[in-house]
Formats: sequence, structure tokens, C-alpha cells
Amino acid sequence: MLQEESDISLIIAQIVQKLKGSNLYAQLERQAWASLQRPEIKLESLKEDIKEFFKISGWEKKLQNAVYSELSVFPLPSHPAAPPEHLKEPLVYMRKAQGSWEKRILKSLNSMCTELSIPLARKRPVGEQKELLNKWNEMGTDEPDLSLFRPVYAPKDFLEVLINLRNPNYENGDSLSFRTHLGLIQVPLKVKDIPELKECFVELGLNTGQLGIDDSTQVPPELFENEHVRIGQKVLAEQDSAAAQQYVRQGSPTALRAELWALILNISSQPEDILYYEQLKTNVIQHDLLVDSLIYKDVKLTASNDDYYFVFEDYLYQVLLCFSRDTSVLGHFAYNSASPPKSYIRGKLGLEEYAVFYPPNGVIPFHGFSMYVAPLCFLYHEPSKLYQVFREMYVRFFFRLHSISSHPSGIVSLCLLFETLLQTYLPQLFYHLREIGAQPLRISFKWMVRAFSGYLATDQLLLLWDRILGYNSLEILAVLAAAVFAFRAVNLMEVTSLAAAEAVLADLSTLKVMPLLQIFLFATVT
Amino acid sequence: MSRVSVPCHVKGTVALQVGDVRTSQGRPGVLVIDVTFPSVAPFELQEIMFKNYYTAFLSIRVRQHTSMHTPAKWVTCLRDYCLMPDPHSEEGAQEYVSLFKHQMLCDMARVLELRLILRQPSPLWLSFTVEELQIYQQGPKSPSMTFPKWLSHPVPCEQPVPLLEGLPDPSRVSSEVQQMWALTEMIRASHTSARIGRFDVDGCYDLNLLSYT
Repeated sequence: MLQEESDISLIIAQIVQKLKGSNLYAQLERQAWASLQRPEIKLESLKEDIKEFFKISGWEKKLQNAVYSELSVFPLPSHPAAPPEHLKEPLVYMRKAQGSWEKRILKSLNSMCTELSIPLARKRPVGEQKELLNKWNEMGTDEPDLSLFRPVYAPKDFLEVLINLRNPNYENGDSLSFRTHLGLIQVPLKVKDIPELKECFVELGLNTGQLGIDDSTQVPPELFENEHVRIGQKVLAEQDSAAAQQYVRQGSPTALRAELWALILNISSQPEDILYYEQLKTNVIQHDLLVDSLIYKDVKLTASNDDYYFVFEDYLYQVLLCFSRDTSVLGHFAYNSASPPKSYIRGKLGLEEYAVFYPPNGVIPFHGFSMYVAPLCFLYHEPSKLYQVFREMYVRFFFRLHSISSHPSGIVSLCLLFETLLQTYLPQLFYHLREIGAQPLRISFKWMVRAFSGYLATDQLLLLWDRILGYNSLEILAVLAAAVFAFRAVNLMEVTSLAAAEAVLADLSTLKVMPLLQIFLFATVT
Repeated sequence: MSRVSVPCHVKGTVALQVGDVRTSQGRPGVLVIDVTFPSVAPFELQEIMFKNYYTAFLSIRVRQHTSMHTPAKWVTCLRDYCLMPDPHSEEGAQEYVSLFKHQMLCDMARVLELRLILRQPSPLWLSFTVEELQIYQQGPKSPSMTFPKWLSHPVPCEQPVPLLEGLPDPSRVSSEVQQMWALTEMIRASHTSARIGRFDVDGCYDLNLLSYT
């Protein structure tokens, strides 16, 4: 139909526009020029011959991967009359809530700045620059005085904002009626129920092999594991992003995971990328930001205290400090309901030519932010590749966990999905916890905001993140949270306070993620 | 296809409700919006565009101009078009929507008046409507150009000059050169949206406090 054709051509035009500025475009151009030397390229049929050459030499596959990556990340072009803020977030009241939350964060940062008399940004003197360059690989040994710094906000502050989120057009009567949500989230977003989740996560079903279940020691590897590894190697040889994404839905073998994730996220280690990372490193050395101290504090408080991740402390600084200087991250604010904080050069307040974003990447880290990077350190040891993978994971997934939006993978929808699943399939447990003042979301929120990083054992966490990449959605986090509650339901029914409930769910490090998910979705009698 | 906005007058919404509006408990679930075109002759409707605000289903009735002296009748041109797949949840609640001529059940050749019937069966919402309503008609077709006679009727060419030894065929060369020229024009016309990576202004990143606007 006419409408679909014009939609597709609009999408194509948008993707072409985006890809034109990329490395891949320059490389394809160079390849095309070089191919003119080849005998099979004839001048009359120049276009067709070059296209054929690209197909044979594997460049068409790279282009396919790039297009697939764009389709996965960017939302489809919306109605032509829709303003840009509509693309960030269609619901007006959520935009307003995000705006006021951001204002609170800015006020907090500004007051920290004035109280401690520390500038937001400062150019380092040459001596200090040299010192930092020497210490670059062991910044963890530095022990700056961070006692006066406090994190800008913690997940529980954010939860309070979400609890108070209200749609002004919604019947929010004070009296309890069929309209009231029994959980903490009071906005009526559409969430999936178990039949729909079963359809969505069909590869996690009982009849399909999974890594995390069917590779345990009791199961002979000939049944599933060997074949799965063989297919994984074939996918890597083909270098096909879409196939890799489909493949990791059943889990990724440990040996292949680093390459598979890089393929799905369409990350190539070109010299230009390494150069870009070095440029960011130079920016870190030249300017000192207040945000750096927040990052230091966060790493010291969270990752350094974790049994699994403390060894990666230096890597975390190298990634997060560079991340703060990366202006390419600003691109994701087109589809993120959040907006980057703005400031002006000193003395030039109000002049638009002197307006800048602070921090340069527009992302203010909160308590626990470094835990998004820590698990990746197990997979990637080369700083620029680790950096690229983290950046891509952030602009695809992690940003949704700390901004207010109506997106199905946004934290508000995940919270509502968790509460709805619990209420529908474990009503007795839900009622009991509510009665003793232990609303389940108060316990599970911190798990979901951190994508379970730091709560699960690392091998289990990586199996979970395999599925996040495979399904291109964060809904699995809410399903896992509900499955954990279902698993510990018997103990939870006996507690009589929020503190006791927290104690029952304090330690998740022994849990096996895939059996929990499988049982909750496919084997629970409803 | 070009389109031209038609100035319209949107009358206030009228709620359809059984019983007395003041005394009954529930909120109306059906609203009617009349759209008239006081200053425009009967036109061919191309597109209706609006921003939804919690309306679940939309029906549109149209009254068209008839050439005979029969009174114009109301005809349904869109029946129960779904704007919100689940009336109880937020999906589609604040989306921008376009409805085109080819989606209508009847011919929209000589539109006099439109009537939008909005339905929202869910009792959860305090109000519902459609906003920023705009009606479009077909724009003028691109004016046909008249070519000068010598361009459309070229003079029959003279006998081709016999091919000189060792030189390539001139018509082949000219077609190849044309292709290359077309490619270079395409490259020149393209521009990228890539961003330059500097975050400072001329090397300076000495900031004030963060601004709240």
C-alpha cells in the first residue's frame, strides 16, 4: 500500500543519512576506488560490478550488519508532524516528570559545587597532566580525599520519584477501587502477561536447549552443547549480526561470548576506533571534571568492595572517565526521554555560542553506575574495545534503567511488569508482603536498575545479559525478579517485616538464572 | 504528493450520554466533534491529521455536495478506527495520527462537513479528545512545462563521421562519461549528519554552574 511504501523509503533515507557519516561509509568508498583496478569491473556496468564485488568480498555483509544495528537502536520514524520531544517520549506527563527529576539532579550537583568550592571543570596544569599520564594504568592506587563527595542520587531516591508518578488524566481516586494499582507504580502502561511473554521468549522454552541448563555436568555434551558451540563458530565465521543475535537467545559459550557480543553490537576494532579512544584519554588528562570525583567515589563504594570485580578497578576508571568525555554519546538523547545538562563558559552566560553540555557526554553518574561496566571486564581486556562495548550497551539498553519513559524496556514498565506478574501469579505472596509493609518492588528495584550486576554470580549474570542482547529488550530483568520471588516464596510467606523480607532476598549469588526463568515462564501451573 | 491545508472551523465537543449530564455519575464515553469549512467550496479531502488524547476509537461521517437538488446526506467514511489497542492502558494515547483518502469507505470528492465520533469505553480516563486537527486537500499538480520545439523535436542528424582508426567509439565514451558525471554529482550532493567530537569552546571548558532552563 502507498503508506507502507512511503514509510519504508523514509526509514531507508534516515538510515542512509546516519550511515553516511560513519567509518563504514569511508571504508566502502575506499574499497570501491581500489576495486576499479580489478579486471572484472567494467566501466559500462560500473554500479552492478562494484555491487557484485562487495557481495563476494564480504563488504555487503558489513553493510547489512550496520543497517541491522541502526534498525535495532533507533526507533522507527514517527509521524512527520511529531516534534522531536515526541520521539524522546510520547506522553507529556512523563516528559514533565523527567524534566523535574533532572532539575533536582542539577540542583544537587550545583549545590555540591558551591558547598565544596570546586569548579565543575578545570584545566589541569602541565605537571598534573604528566603525573596522571604516568599513573594511567594504576589509578586505583590513588587515594584522593572523597569524604566530602556524595553520590548525586541513589536508586532508592529514583524509586520515590517513580512511586509519585501520576497521569493527570487518570482516575487516581483516594478510595480503593478496581482502578487502584495494588503495587507502588500507579501509571497504566501496557505490560505483557505470561502467555505473551511465553510467545516473546519462545527460545527459552522447555523443549529448546539452553546454556545455563543443558550444559550442566550431568547432561552429556553430545545432546546439545557440542552442536551449539559448532553453530556459534559458524555464526562468527559468517560475521552476521542478525544471526548472532538469534543465536545468543539460547546462551553463548564462554569462549565465543566476547566476539559474539561485539558482532551483535556491530563493534569493529578499526585503527580509527583506537585513535578515538586515545583522543578521549587525552581529554581526560587535559581537563579535570567534578564528575570524575563522583566516578571515583562510586567505584570505591561499589565495584572495589565486590569480591568478583575489585580486580578490575583500574579498568573501570579508564572506561568511565573516558565515557564522560565522549560527545558521540549525545546522539542517544534523540530517543532518550532525558536531556543532557547544559552550561555556559564562565562570563558568557546566556550566549548560545558559548553553551556546552556538562559532562561532555550528558550523563551524570549515580550510585552504582560503575556496575554496568564491571561485568564486561571479564570479557574484554583491551581498553578501547572494552570501552566501545560498554558505550554501545549503554546507548542501547542501560540508559533506559534510569530515565522516566513509557518505553516497554524503560524502568517504569519493568517495575509495572514485575508487580503485575507477582500480583497475578503469586497473589497470596503479594498480599502478604503488602500487608506487612514490604512492597515487593522496594526489594527488587535495585536489582533491575543495575541489571542484576553485583547481585548474581558473574557467569549467571553473563547468561542473563546474553538474553538481553538476544531479545533486544530488558523485560527479562522483570521476569527474573518475579521468578526469584517465586523461588523464595515459601520463606517469604513466613516473614513479618520489610527487614526480614530483605534478609531472605539479600543473597542471590547462589541462584541459577535460566532454570528460574524457565520454570516461571513455562512450568508454573497457573 | 503535495497537500494544502484547508482552513476549518472545529465546533466544540458534544458529549452523548443517556440521561441528564449533570446528575448521572459516570463520564460520557462518546463525544462528537463537528468540523465545518465556512469559507471553502466543496473540496476533495486528501488527509486528516490530529494528535490523539486518550480516544480509543474513531468514526468519521461526511456530508458531501451533490449536484442534483437533493439534500446532502451523512455517510460513514470511517468506522471504529482503533487508536488505542488497549483502551485501559497508555499505548497510542498521545500519538500523532494521519488518515488518508484511500483508507476511507467512500469517495471524498466534494466534502462539505465532517463529523468525528470519538469513543472511549474505559472509565479510567477523566477526559478524552483529539487535538491539533488539520484537514488537507490535494495540492496543485506541478505545472507542466512546455519545451522549446528544438528540444522535443531534434533535427535529424547528419551522416556520422567515419570512425578514425584507433580511437574508441564516441557514443560509447559519451555514455560512460555521463554515468561517471552522474555518480560524482551524487557524491557532491550528499552530506552527513556526523558530529565533530569537540566538547570545549576554543580549548576552554571553564564553566559556570549548570543552568536549569
